[in-house]
Amino acid sequence: MNAEGRFEDVEAYLIAQQAKGLLRFITCGSVDDGKSTLIGRLLHESKALFDDQLAALEGDSRKFGTQGDELDFALLLDGLGAEREQGITIDVAYRFFVTEKRKFIVADTPGHEQYTRNMITGASTADLAVILVDARKGLLTQTRRHSYLVSLVGIRRIVLAVNKLDLVDWSQEVFESIERDYRAFAAQLGIEDVVAIPLSALRGDNLSSPSARTPWYRGPSLLQHLETVDVGGDDASGPLRLPVQWVNRPDLDFRGYSGRILGGRVRPGDAVRVLPSGRTSTVARIVTFDGDLAEARSGQSVTLTLTDDIDISRGDVICAAGDPAGLADQFEATLVWMADAPMLPGRPYLVKLGATTLGASFGQPKYVVDVNSLEHLAAKTLELNGIGVANLTLDRAVAFDPYASNRDMGSFIVIDRYTNQTVGAGLLHFALRRSQNIHWQAVEVDKQARIRQNGHSPCVLWLTGLSGSGKSTIANIVERQLHALGARTYLLDGDNVRHGLSKDLGFTDADRVENIRRIGEVARLMVDAGLIVITAFISPFRSERQLARGMVEDGEFIEIFVDTPLAVVEQRDPKGLYKKARRGELKNFTGIDSPYEVPAAPELHLRTMEQSPEESASAIVDLLVRRGVIRRSH
Amino acid sequence: MTALTHLQRLEAESIDILREAVAESERPVMLYSIGKDSSVMLHLARKAFFPSRPPFPLLHVDTTWKFRAMYELRDRMARESGQELIVHRNPEALRLGINPFTHGSALHTDIWKTQGLKQALDQHGFDLAFGGARRDEEKSRAKERVFSFRSAQHQWDPKNQRPELWRLYNARKNKGESIRVFPLSNWTELDIWQYIVAERIPIVPLYLAAERPVVERDGTLVMVDDERFPLREGETPMLRRVRFRTLGCYPLTGAIESDADTLPAIIREMLVARTSERQGRLIDQDAGASMEKKKAEGYF
Repeated sequence: MNAEGRFEDVEAYLIAQQAKGLLRFITCGSVDDGKSTLIGRLLHESKALFDDQLAALEGDSRKFGTQGDELDFALLLDGLGAEREQGITIDVAYRFFVTEKRKFIVADTPGHEQYTRNMITGASTADLAVILVDARKGLLTQTRRHSYLVSLVGIRRIVLAVNKLDLVDWSQEVFESIERDYRAFAAQLGIEDVVAIPLSALRGDNLSSPSARTPWYRGPSLLQHLETVDVGGDDASGPLRLPVQWVNRPDLDFRGYSGRILGGRVRPGDAVRVLPSGRTSTVARIVTFDGDLAEARSGQSVTLTLTDDIDISRGDVICAAGDPAGLADQFEATLVWMADAPMLPGRPYLVKLGATTLGASFGQPKYVVDVNSLEHLAAKTLELNGIGVANLTLDRAVAFDPYASNRDMGSFIVIDRYTNQTVGAGLLHFALRRSQNIHWQAVEVDKQARIRQNGHSPCVLWLTGLSGSGKSTIANIVERQLHALGARTYLLDGDNVRHGLSKDLGFTDADRVENIRRIGEVARLMVDAGLIVITAFISPFRSERQLARGMVEDGEFIEIFVDTPLAVVEQRDPKGLYKKARRGELKNFTGIDSPYEVPAAPELHLRTMEQSPEESASAIVDLLVRRGVIRRSH
Repeated sequence: MTALTHLQRLEAESIDILREAVAESERPVMLYSIGKDSSVMLHLARKAFFPSRPPFPLLHVDTTWKFRAMYELRDRMARESGQELIVHRNPEALRLGINPFTHGSALHTDIWKTQGLKQALDQHGFDLAFGGARRDEEKSRAKERVFSFRSAQHQWDPKNQRPELWRLYNARKNKGESIRVFPLSNWTELDIWQYIVAERIPIVPLYLAAERPVVERDGTLVMVDDERFPLREGETPMLRRVRFRTLGCYPLTGAIESDADTLPAIIREMLVARTSERQGRLIDQDAGASMEKKKAEGYF
């Protein structure tokens, strides 16, 4: 590429360049397999490196290198300072190079045990995977793990790069035996397209041209294969899918729907159906900065106008009228967990799917996959780097396609509601039938009728605080006072819940979430029955209190923070629980080895160091009067 | 209609990113530095929102030391795109007269650019800022996300980046926090030039070779762009046929001798180039992790 005068006609060269396609691939292997060396070499051989970068590499090789006097190509790729010192790559990096035939984007991800999330991330945008194997070691557990992960995200083309062949005397036998083993394994994953190449990345054999040291190998070099492999998968062959990202309204006369086509193609005059509303219309124009188009296809970013003035907003999906996407709010999904805090069934999360972000929760995993053995195991939660299958429930119906038929219409990310971190990623398999069949039974005696008869409004008084903070004491006094005022009440506390409704649950984070969910549901029914429900549970997590709040109508949930410092409750320790927890005899004890998340904005904040339980109870009753829930004259 | 070419795919992806970012933010802004990458980014923005104008202002964090030709193009492009142009000059730097000659490049860059940028973002309450950085520019950039989260103090934590999968970008943040978005993440220098040619995008003429007054300092050719340039004893600006591969503050930007005075000629020269474009920038030549350190502090 760098030969002077090779491109005499630059214009012609530019035209040729513009007609090039793109291959995105991911490389998988461990630090020891020579993966970084392989990529470094590819960049070097395709002349993607400049002299100053090479000079810097020479300096780095002397300083940090592991290859003696040789260039250590691995150093080229380790971008972040701290990683360099540890000698490992710990995130996803993207590299670019170009040859005469193609442009390439390489996702470089580590092969370390704990970094499943990085590999899934890198693979999610790749068309092909290069799996590295050390010829001396053959297939390892991690080879199987990497192959499973890339097959999970739908990559169907694999290059098996059998590296370090120089260290086994260029043995054909070794190479063929590894290839045979791998094909047998790949077939189990449904991967049929495997090309095995014998390599020495360090010495450059079979990298860009066939090596004389492997005369028995007749196939292409790695680069030759990457340049010519058919990435196929013409995603324009499916039905039209266009999630609306942005409604384009420069003035009152123009109303366009901007988005990227994620499947199929579109022409003016095509009939379309918009989900979730189900309304139909016809495409009027395909508007772009460069003029209207006669046709647009999958992958293009366009703006459509329709012949009818129908209500469409961000997140809606414009589909082929004759073959629209599915519409559902409950799914079976594969979920990959990417956060330190485990996935908790029932906890409210956010899910982003296409251009829509919705409230979501997951059921208990049906199973988790041991990525080393591919065995299905039972589990109550999903830990960091865990992969499992679970039901997903959204707070409203969305348009989707199964991941297997459209990657972009069937993939989602999971976002934590408080930290806003991306904590997981998932693949939709199918809609659960039950999501379409449950309808509420209309009743004639309704909540309003019960409120009229009771003479007061219902609500939930949700007391939260550390064990021993005085919740139950205060709750009892409140109930007595309300009863005296003629209100219909019910007190839910540990005694009447833990021994019955939740007796199957323990005190792990997952069980705590489920316990609070059940209490929330019971409280919701009681509110519907017109009662003032008082709950007295530690309820340590913000997310679950939020969940319980969301189960009743606005204004019906009154969060009361019973605030007693840890040092004080630990000293009181009426049941001796803190002492046990400190001795390690009680696991997952809130305040000791399990966190208590202080309410950010409770309706009432009771500081028990400053007032008696009676005063606290009166403050609650006063609040109910001020809010118009009850009247004193009762 | 056949499969999309490489440039078409890049363009569609960038437009997708621009639209998504605007839809998910309350007060977006585009960092406009007048260089070739900024020019491409602005062009893509005009495409993304057409027939609407791009629904955000342009922000130029000025140092008062840019090439005169850059200021000219800046004002022209803002007029053409119809967007509001906000020029921010750090008042503290202005008061102290910070300049690269007396204060050195590191201090100059930190006070005018890094601190100036933070000031401007805070002052206008922008919660999302587009930048023209590319992953192929530099090692620490290769691991940067397209949507890059910044704390309320504008800090970047490379150990705590959000994983980015498929085409799904997480732009959620709390009040005071912000997101930097890089629509050109997957473009290379060559892609940028090919696109400029194909789309006839206006660029600062300094990228093309011409006779310009320069002096040679420490092996680097520096252009004497105005009368503020303090000539050392014995130094006389000489006319040399030069051009620039990147543009920044003129005293900190090295010129290369070249006859490439057309875009195809530039591309030809780049194809045979043996040094990367960042070499002309003095900021990158410190310790290996210099860029990462600067970014953690809030540099774009």
